[in-house]
Amino acid sequence: MSEQQADYMNMPDERGHFGPYGGRFVSETLMAAIEELTEAYEIAIKDPEFLAEFDHDLQHYVGRPSPLYFAKSWTEKLGGAQIYLKREDLNHTGAHKINNTIGQALLAKRLGKKRIIAETGAGQHGVATATVAARFGMECIVYMGAEDIQRQALNVYRMKLLGAEVVPVTSGSATLKDALNEAMRDWVTNVDTTFYIIGTVAGPHPYPAMVRDFQAIIGREAREQILKQAGRLPDALVACVGGGSNAIGLFYPFLNDTDVKIYGVEAAGDGLETGHHAAPLCAGQPGVLHGNRTYLMEDPNGQIIETHSISAGLDYPGVGPEHAWLKDVGRVEYVAIDDKEALAGFHDLSRIEGILPALESSHALAYVTKLAPTMKKDQIIIVNLSGRGDKDIHTVAASEGIEF
Amino acid sequence: MSRIEIKFKSLRETGRKALIPYVTAGDPVAAVTVPLMHDMVKAGADIIELGVPFSDPMADGPVIQKASERALVHGISLHDVFAMVKEFREKDNETPVVLMGYLNPIEVMGYASFAKQAGTAGVDGVLTVDLPPEEGSEFVAELAKYELDPIFLIAPTTTDARIKKLCSAASGFVYYVSVKGVTGAATLDAGAVADKMTAIRKHTDMPVGVGFGIKDAESAANVGAVADAVVVGSVLVNQADLNQDNPEAVSPAICTILTDIRQALDKLVK
Ligand SMILES: Cc1ncc(COP(=O)(O)O)c(C=O)c1O
Repeated sequence: MSEQQADYMNMPDERGHFGPYGGRFVSETLMAAIEELTEAYEIAIKDPEFLAEFDHDLQHYVGRPSPLYFAKSWTEKLGGAQIYLKREDLNHTGAHKINNTIGQALLAKRLGKKRIIAETGAGQHGVATATVAARFGMECIVYMGAEDIQRQALNVYRMKLLGAEVVPVTSGSATLKDALNEAMRDWVTNVDTTFYIIGTVAGPHPYPAMVRDFQAIIGREAREQILKQAGRLPDALVACVGGGSNAIGLFYPFLNDTDVKIYGVEAAGDGLETGHHAAPLCAGQPGVLHGNRTYLMEDPNGQIIETHSISAGLDYPGVGPEHAWLKDVGRVEYVAIDDKEALAGFHDLSRIEGILPALESSHALAYVTKLAPTMKKDQIIIVNLSGRGDKDIHTVAASEGIEF
Repeated sequence: MSRIEIKFKSLRETGRKALIPYVTAGDPVAAVTVPLMHDMVKAGADIIELGVPFSDPMADGPVIQKASERALVHGISLHDVFAMVKEFREKDNETPVVLMGYLNPIEVMGYASFAKQAGTAGVDGVLTVDLPPEEGSEFVAELAKYELDPIFLIAPTTTDARIKKLCSAASGFVYYVSVKGVTGAATLDAGAVADKMTAIRKHTDMPVGVGFGIKDAESAANVGAVADAVVVGSVLVNQADLNQDNPEAVSPAICTILTDIRQALDKLVK
């Protein structure tokens, strides 16, 4: 590192800005709650007692550290760089989402809030929220687009088993963005009693920074593990980007290691050229939605447009503001993988490594199948396996014309 | 003096309260809006709040959400809204028009371009629900170039320190959101509104409007007793919903409700 090395880890500023992105764009009713949350989070994140409780839960309840697994067979098959999988799929509830819900639930407890709300797309964040709410004895309401309830029936039932109420959202496009709108409406109405656990690095400040800090355990572990297992830092990191929480969780601790190339993989849906996709960084423009300024999928009049991806967890028209900034400053390269390529990635990992990946994570895997062969055999890629694929079996089956 | 200032000054002189109806532009169809604006003035509206449709109206309840959806089916954009205000101004150069909406359509147009077009069309004030003053200084500066008033919301949860900040950023009037919740949801608590009015008036001499939760003549009169202006939205917009297949019926239905509220407010004049 040269001495004038840029510091990529000092964002956001005190008002939650990542360069021109981020901030707090919410209705006045929520400002007091957001200020209260910001204060609680800033105290907690420096409080040894809070951090010890968080670490304890991550270890004993989530099952951390998650393994960093060398995918030998897949590496040999692709014939290029060595591929390591960060196994967030092995966490309790089957995805990285629980790292964040534990952190936020601990904050809710500190603030004395007993009613939890959340939005969910794939249902993974809803399940992770219902799980922590059950454990802390909190009431839990999960907003989910009616469309997503159809494609993620298994997770809907899981949430119900955990005691959560799942509320179908039929407004707008009936997907994740509308679930977020509805959760915001609930929050405005019940702001005194309610803690809103946002599932990704989006929303008004402090959410993007706070969720990143809770997810950064992924990258801290991976950094330590690769140094131990390979004796050096990786050459590349790859993660899928919906809102961007699993990606920033892996990337953040490596941001100042500028020899490490970083790739964020968005959902190209039917293909970027068709317009049916969910890739705001690759093919959108900056705007303001859900409390922050970031890249969005929008029409020329500033209306948010419907997105498409085979994976419900990536089917979102925005992206966390830190990713918007990392794109503009050029530290992270954002690419896109379409539905077909993602399905191929799903099948590859299942057959070659015996691991069924989530369709979200399959986008990252599919990019690795392109990237690894272009790299040397002594180079290293870490890819974030953000979740397991059980929830997606119906979707994958349907793509092959199979019905149960 | 701006149209908003002139309006409040003359109302003050006669002791009357301002009646501010909200309707969404282009709901249920574009042709309804301008004649409706004129009809509402005849029915006693003092200021018109014109909603700019948005795909993700996070602060609105189902009634106004659906109004946005109906308008967006016809592709109503900010350009159409400006054209409506311009047409309204051909026959009415006195009634202030405040645009109410969300930031993103304005972001995409660009603050400077928005302010210029709004000013030229004859808009008087702009209320962006999701733009707090902390993020709004650049926007407010552009509005100022065309003498457009930035209207900010004050909520039941707003602290004293924030009331001060909001009042110093705003001009024209301030808008108190009387309930925690989305538009059209709850019924307001007149006692709590009166308490908050006292807190707000400590920080500003500007007129204070109250909205959210005003459903009929009675709730309007209760609010009118303590506020300078009464904003009525969802009950009116609901008429556009009920009559969406018969757009000619929308304006008479809305104006019947307005006339009722106007009479109730005028009874407050001593
Ligand atoms: C397994 C998995 N990976 C990734 C995502 C996308 O979210 P993010 O980009 O915030 O990691 C989701 C969202 O539901 C998910 O379930």
